[in-house]
Amino acid sequence: MATTLPLSTRGLLPAQRVATAATGESAVVRWVLIGVAVLFLALFIFLPLAIVFSQAFAKGIGPYWASLRQPDALSAIRLTLLAAGIAVPLNLVFGVAAAWAIGKFEFFGKSLLITLIDLPFSVSPVVSGLIYVLLFGLQGVLGPWLARHNLQIIFAVPGIVLATIFVTFPFVARELIPLLQAQGQEEEEAALALGASGWQTFFRVSLPNIKWGLLYGVILCNARAMGEFGAVSVVSGHIRGRTNTMPLHVEILYNEYQFSAAFAVASLLALLALATLLVKTLVEWRARRQLAESARWDGEEQIA
Amino acid sequence: MAFTFKKRSNLPGFGLALGYTVLYLSLIVLIPLAATFLKASALSWDQFWHIVASPRAVASYRLTFGASLIGALINLVFGVLVAWVLVRYSFPGKRLFDSLVDLPFALPTAVAGIALTTIYAPNGWLGRPLASVGIKSAYSPLGVAIALTFIGLPFVVRSVQPVLEDMDKELEEAAASLGASRWQTFSRVVLPTILPAALAGFAMAFARAIGEYGSVVFISGNMPMRTEITPLLIMTKLDQFDYAGATAIAVVMLVFSLILLLPINLLQKWSSSREEKTSALVPEEIH
Amino acid sequence: MKGKVLVVAGLLLAGLLALSSVQGRAQGGEVTLLNVSYDPTRELYQDFNQAFAKYWKAKTGQTVTVEQSHGGSSKQARGVIDGLQADVVTLALAYDIDAISQNAGLLPADWQKRLPQNSTPYTSTIVFLVRKGNPKQIKDWDDLVKPGISVITPNPKTSGGARWNYVAAWAYALKQPGGSEQKAQEFVKRLYKNVPVLDSGARGSTTTFVQREIGDVLIAWENEAFLSIKELGAEKIEIVVPSQSILAEPPVSIVDKVVDKKGTRKVAQAYLEYLYTPEGQEIAAKNYYRPRLDSVAKKYASIFPKIKLVTIEEVFGGWQAAQKKHFADGGVFDQIYQPNQ
Repeated sequence: MATTLPLSTRGLLPAQRVATAATGESAVVRWVLIGVAVLFLALFIFLPLAIVFSQAFAKGIGPYWASLRQPDALSAIRLTLLAAGIAVPLNLVFGVAAAWAIGKFEFFGKSLLITLIDLPFSVSPVVSGLIYVLLFGLQGVLGPWLARHNLQIIFAVPGIVLATIFVTFPFVARELIPLLQAQGQEEEEAALALGASGWQTFFRVSLPNIKWGLLYGVILCNARAMGEFGAVSVVSGHIRGRTNTMPLHVEILYNEYQFSAAFAVASLLALLALATLLVKTLVEWRARRQLAESARWDGEEQIA
Repeated sequence: MAFTFKKRSNLPGFGLALGYTVLYLSLIVLIPLAATFLKASALSWDQFWHIVASPRAVASYRLTFGASLIGALINLVFGVLVAWVLVRYSFPGKRLFDSLVDLPFALPTAVAGIALTTIYAPNGWLGRPLASVGIKSAYSPLGVAIALTFIGLPFVVRSVQPVLEDMDKELEEAAASLGASRWQTFSRVVLPTILPAALAGFAMAFARAIGEYGSVVFISGNMPMRTEITPLLIMTKLDQFDYAGATAIAVVMLVFSLILLLPINLLQKWSSSREEKTSALVPEEIH
Repeated sequence: MKGKVLVVAGLLLAGLLALSSVQGRAQGGEVTLLNVSYDPTRELYQDFNQAFAKYWKAKTGQTVTVEQSHGGSSKQARGVIDGLQADVVTLALAYDIDAISQNAGLLPADWQKRLPQNSTPYTSTIVFLVRKGNPKQIKDWDDLVKPGISVITPNPKTSGGARWNYVAAWAYALKQPGGSEQKAQEFVKRLYKNVPVLDSGARGSTTTFVQREIGDVLIAWENEAFLSIKELGAEKIEIVVPSQSILAEPPVSIVDKVVDKKGTRKVAQAYLEYLYTPEGQEIAAKNYYRPRLDSVAKKYASIFPKIKLVTIEEVFGGWQAAQKKHFADGGVFDQIYQPNQ
């Protein structure tokens, strides 16, 4: 979770580069280290990516498109988008609320609260699916009541949404808490003193300051929401055309000897992952530029 | 409420924000978890112990924790190396590598599992050469470790990277000017600075690996006592209509998750306090 | 403040409940059935559902859509127990439907008496798949326990097909001259020592064998073996028929509590009965399931090899007994993997 925005100070302080020679490594060591790192990344990142795409297009581009246009594939894509579309905004609102409470206030039980928010991250996806079965299943705590009222939670869309919310629970909150903490409260207090309402202060002062972190959290949250397999698999019921998400559909196709089609849908998910990374890089780039601009601004101010 | 708050802020919205946080947390996480513990409490202590200490369960813990540890250790070493290379050197394709580090995070685990199995199966791109020298990669504990290395890859890199970027080079220069060799400088100056972040990343990779299911089931071979991970054992018990057994083992995993979060949070705190001390600039970073 | 929190909570709950709409009500001209089935029946029911929809439309004017869910037989039964709204279950073995009756009471205990032939409209058996040309010369069960032979079969704890594999092997050892329980136990133990990968379902094992090229022999459903040759090519694999095997009976049933709630009993009942008609039997035979109806069986007799088949009743006294003795926790199967034996 400590994926971090590496907002570096590169380029801001050229003075730091002067002494590189004294503290650098010899060219040989440098290239060996680069070589090892690149090899490691190639082995664990490029190779899996390459295999997904090479298998997806093994039978050519025609079958590739055909497998994505199947009604079952389309409904899996729709369900995945729906689940992410509900889970991400809910976790976003939660993340902002939690970060506001934790980042701006001191209260008893704060570290416990942080730990509990982190919990879904380290809970096995299988267990996160299981807890909803134990709660909403027909043999579960609430199951009989739900059955009497003709309500279906697990093996239906709500169960899938709940499992998705659970596994992506901490993402936005964990991105925002340190940001709001680091900001302090002077700016907000100033706004309030000038007569702004609480919501105005939040939307005009606090939110702009955390927007990049917020966006980053949303991106990660979304990627994980669309890709979740284990937890959703437990609560889905695998009804084709109705409760299969994209990762589940990959497994089904794979089990139907339709390997190319399986990898075609998988490649769609991989593309999503790549798009996520692209957006993330853009976000970082924008954030870094803004940081640089504000740094320059500060500098000019001081000179003036 | 049982808490006694000590607000020391005059910003508004505390009640609403905290109230909503606690409510949402309870609805999504705490109440379902409580249901799990409730279900497990139907077992007597002896029954519970009999299930969670059965040889098959113990063998699955050993594999899950062992392979997760190996995966996290590999990521610790190579993660620091990758972070170092990405921060300190420039080489062609660096930006690409930098952004692709997060791929295991975004790639669905089932896709990762199928892709890795295709690569490491005895007739796969890497499986074949490995098999010809007598190394069984897929369908062995090694395969499990490979999958767990993959899914934990971003953690160490991403927690070490900002620390390295914000590190003041003057310390290294000072060490060098005092006659320290480059290796001495690295081990005495750089390493201690990045250690908390590296350990936090390591602990997170470890925690994530222990619960992993999707990518492992494809590559592990699922042999009882040998390549059966604990989450799979839970699934197997469920499929035998053994709810009590599944819940008991789930509770063991939940307790481990909670225990693991403690050092992670401590390490993160330690890491950020360390950074504040060593870095002149306030790092705009997110844990 | 408290008020706001409560409003938010109410909205959250309302949203969830709104999503949890009740589907599949039989109303007017349209009805939806959910058939929860096991792994290798995907193709069979795809064909059958179309035929049934046509038949039902002609007969009643009602449009019926049959949704399918497939997976390991026990996993599917567990889903139904946990509330998966199946109108009909078509599983790999009677024990899994018994489990639905016992654990959730969704259908009566004597469900198997309600349809002809133990509620089994089609049967199958267990055969071997080997690599083209049979390089390891695998002819019968005895060859599977030889040292150095690598056997692929799924985990009997989770896969219904794997349980049929297991009982077929056991029955073979038991019926050999001088066979005994002791010898049979020894036999299956040696067999599973030769298994390098234990997938959780039958389809997983087929993939492991064909796609990953692991193992010398795959123990498989007969229909699955035929299908994989059709799908994956006769140039890679071939079927070997052992001297004796088991009569595998995958049963079907309606789920009473669900059909009564949804009001789909009539159409669900007709759906299962249609399996017994010549049309239904024909579709089963085309998908390599052995038909029950003599006329259809004769027509397709050339496809299905003649094997001496024993039944689960005569060897084990039924699935309940077999499950308890062999596959329950601590049972015979678990003992194979005890480290100290």
